[in-house]
Amino acid sequence: MTSYRITGARLLGADPTDLLLTDGRLADLDDAPTDAVTVDADGLVALPGLVDLHTHLREPGREDSETVATGSRAAAAGGFTAVHAMANTDPVADTAGVVEQVLNLGLAAGYCDVRPVGAVTVGLGGTRLAELGAMADSAAQVRMFSDDGKCVSDAVLMRRALEYVKAFDGVIAQHAQEPRLTEDAQMNEGTMSGVLGMQGWPAVAEEAIIARDILLTAHVGSRLHVCHVSTAGSVELIRWAKGKGWNVTAEVTPHHLLLTDDLVATYDPIYKVNPPLRTSGDVEALRAGLADGTIDCVATDHAPHPTEDKECEWGAAAMGMLGLETALSVVQQAMVDTGLLDWADVADRMSVRPAQIGRLGGHGQPLEPGAPANLVLVDPAATRTIDPRDSASLSRNTPYAGRELPGRVVATFLRGRATVLDGKLQ
Amino acid sequence: MGPSAPRSESHQRQLSASPVVVLDAADIQRALTRIAHEILERNRGSDDVVLLGIPTRGVALARRVAAIMGGVEGTDVPFGSIDITMYRDDLRMRPARTLEPTEVPARGIDDAIVVLVDDVLFSGRTVRAALDALGDIGRPRAVQLATLVDRGHRELPIRADFVGKNLPTSLVERVEVNLLEYDERDAVFIASAATAGASPASPASPAEGAIR
Amino acid sequence: MKRHLLSSADLSRADALQVLDTAEELRTLANRPIKKLPTLRGRTVVNLFFEDSTRTRISFEAAAKRLSADVINFSAKGSSVSKGESLKDTALTLEAMGADAVVIRHGSSGAPHRLATSGWVRSSVVNAGDGTHEHPTQALLDAFTLRRHLGDLDGRRVTIVGDVLHSRVARSNAWLLSTLGADVTLVAPPTLLPVGVENWPVQSSYDLDSALDKCDAVMMLRVQRERMNAAFFPSAREYSRRYGLDGRRFARLPEHAIVMHPGPMNRGMEIAADVADSARSVIVEQVTNGVAVRMAVLYLLLSGQPGESERDVAPTTRESELSGLAGAAR
Repeated sequence: MTSYRITGARLLGADPTDLLLTDGRLADLDDAPTDAVTVDADGLVALPGLVDLHTHLREPGREDSETVATGSRAAAAGGFTAVHAMANTDPVADTAGVVEQVLNLGLAAGYCDVRPVGAVTVGLGGTRLAELGAMADSAAQVRMFSDDGKCVSDAVLMRRALEYVKAFDGVIAQHAQEPRLTEDAQMNEGTMSGVLGMQGWPAVAEEAIIARDILLTAHVGSRLHVCHVSTAGSVELIRWAKGKGWNVTAEVTPHHLLLTDDLVATYDPIYKVNPPLRTSGDVEALRAGLADGTIDCVATDHAPHPTEDKECEWGAAAMGMLGLETALSVVQQAMVDTGLLDWADVADRMSVRPAQIGRLGGHGQPLEPGAPANLVLVDPAATRTIDPRDSASLSRNTPYAGRELPGRVVATFLRGRATVLDGKLQ
Repeated sequence: MGPSAPRSESHQRQLSASPVVVLDAADIQRALTRIAHEILERNRGSDDVVLLGIPTRGVALARRVAAIMGGVEGTDVPFGSIDITMYRDDLRMRPARTLEPTEVPARGIDDAIVVLVDDVLFSGRTVRAALDALGDIGRPRAVQLATLVDRGHRELPIRADFVGKNLPTSLVERVEVNLLEYDERDAVFIASAATAGASPASPASPAEGAIR
Repeated sequence: MKRHLLSSADLSRADALQVLDTAEELRTLANRPIKKLPTLRGRTVVNLFFEDSTRTRISFEAAAKRLSADVINFSAKGSSVSKGESLKDTALTLEAMGADAVVIRHGSSGAPHRLATSGWVRSSVVNAGDGTHEHPTQALLDAFTLRRHLGDLDGRRVTIVGDVLHSRVARSNAWLLSTLGADVTLVAPPTLLPVGVENWPVQSSYDLDSALDKCDAVMMLRVQRERMNAAFFPSAREYSRRYGLDGRRFARLPEHAIVMHPGPMNRGMEIAADVADSARSVIVEQVTNGVAVRMAVLYLLLSGQPGESERDVAPTTRESELSGLAGAAR
């Protein structure tokens, strides 16, 4: 394996330093082999490889929109060295067989570590627990379970799931959406939805489930992870739960840190997503929550969709946005360039904490000799105009088309092997 | 209608820096009086005569001529307006225009002698549109045309029966008609394109420069 | 006026008055032996109706034909759309056939907007009703009817009663009537008023009786009985008792006040049968006026430079105003 000597990199945004990657690990510079390739990282920030707790790779079943291979290439291009692949595939990832298939597809592609997420209920039906233990024991070693796409709305079932995963240090990641309050919902419920005449998705439908789940988690002594937090009220609830010392973690998507529901007035379904874009008040509360650590991490909820599912009238369109390749830039614009986070915080929110929550060894480690060489080099001074055609994903549904975003991933290393070099996939 | 000295007169006007008044209030009054008498003479009285003015200023002229005719004959001569906007041949080429009222007197136009009244006769397209509009309203016995000014440059085989003044002009000139009902005075004047106050599509003189 | 009519919120006061004044002249056509004008001869107007609506479609068809346009009717049932053809492909087909104007009714809010801004068609797009969003020509004919009876609408009090939440007619009327200077009051049970209605340029109230005492016109909206199954109100009986225009309430209206309804009516639900048929009800006249107003809209949209592409930029003025307010309150 090629060794790399990286010169002049600002480790976590600090003063420039040199790094050596050899044999899949970081090492002392003195141990550099003679044939080590030099990578000039002058002006670049070095972060631990990013870890995404929430990605949709669509395979098996929806390979027209993404495959594990194309999705992991998009991940690497975005600076990720590990992604958690959500279970709402076809067939659903509710057995050891399917999660092992996804794991193997990820290994074969080799662009990042693909960690399958197991479904909580059989077929995402919300009525019967899936074989969580089998998935945990499988080669995929599943630790995160989620019915994402759907909510585990039955209170008893959620309780049982929270209790059951304690046996193997698992975590339930809840997509908080009370189904009865959000039937046929199209956008955030607010003044905008009233004016546009669209069925609203009220904040309370997210918050009520989070409140219930927090209390259940405390009651049974388990772990809860809240997916894609989108409202100010949700942030307050999570802050309260953490204040009580309960084991609750939370993620926020990049788009919820930047975009608001007045974009829906364009009726362009590129902005249709679940949970929906909300108000600027919510965006501010989410940024503050991520800054103070109430929200533990950024997770992309990368959701590829084929063109025909977005190039239609709003009501008929699919919900979801691409996210892997733009996540770091959006976080830079929303959080770093606004002074809410520094690069060390970004490392914490986009690598260290997600790796902890997912119980993912080998990622999110401090960048010192001996650690696995999972690393990303970013040029924060660069800007780029987002062109959907440049995406490594099979799909094109990015909400940032034509927008100028800061920052560019220059290199990504997965256990010492370069998946991206000079800004290009290898 | 002998030849005037068109080129040198209009050439002189073009050199002039300001609009030239060619008919003042008194001239207009005399012209309308003469037109009223000519209509009566031609039609041997005012029986079955209906005057329809083409908006905007044709309407005021129709009203005035009807009043003069009525004064002579001792009767009420029916008059009204006929808006031709929907019948124009240039609708696709310009932004939509506001419609003007079409008010046909109660006796209608069937079997009537309709005298169309306009302020300026130019290309003839306005009158063509008015004839089409009339055809959709009824079937007159005859249609005649009265115009205060005939400035030449016909693009269609249309001619006026009653003319206030023949005014040879060049194409770069603009003929503007002011009437007290809409403007501050009665006057007809000619401006070259450079000194013309309003743009071609303004309502100041819709027939003028509008349907070219 | 712009190239499309997508929402009454897009109409300035001048635009709206131009439509009404034009319609006033065109209304006289109904009295002529030859009810036709040559204005849109050779132009093609397509009625693209994804939702059933005989009444509105016929009104647009009559309007187009009276202007001598060619009319092509496309209804979703039994067509390629019901077999899964997308809005985009349908639009491309119409463009290939050379449509000058597309009148679209669709169940999805924003579908006309998508059609107008997508670049799939170069024709003018007229929104004939999209989901629960807007129905601008209905609002225009309602304003036209009001003006004929009440004169200038500045300061006139109009009460709109019914399922405002699901009503595109209510939204279009709220924007247009307030643009024209009227005082609008929306009356509905709390479950049927939209979130954020306090930010609209109208009043709202849960009490019908107090809203009727001083109004110049009352507009009753259709209320679907099935809404009680989704718990918007407990029963049809309770709804009509609290929010129906019955004989008793009708008697309390000021003498000059008129009664309107966009149709179709649920006689006995939101409006009593004899109220609907009374002399002060202008419901049938609204239909007549609809043709003249739609003629005016087609004429105003289709005049002007053909083929010039003019992208409408979203959001509309009204919607971006309100989203500014929405940022503050949620």
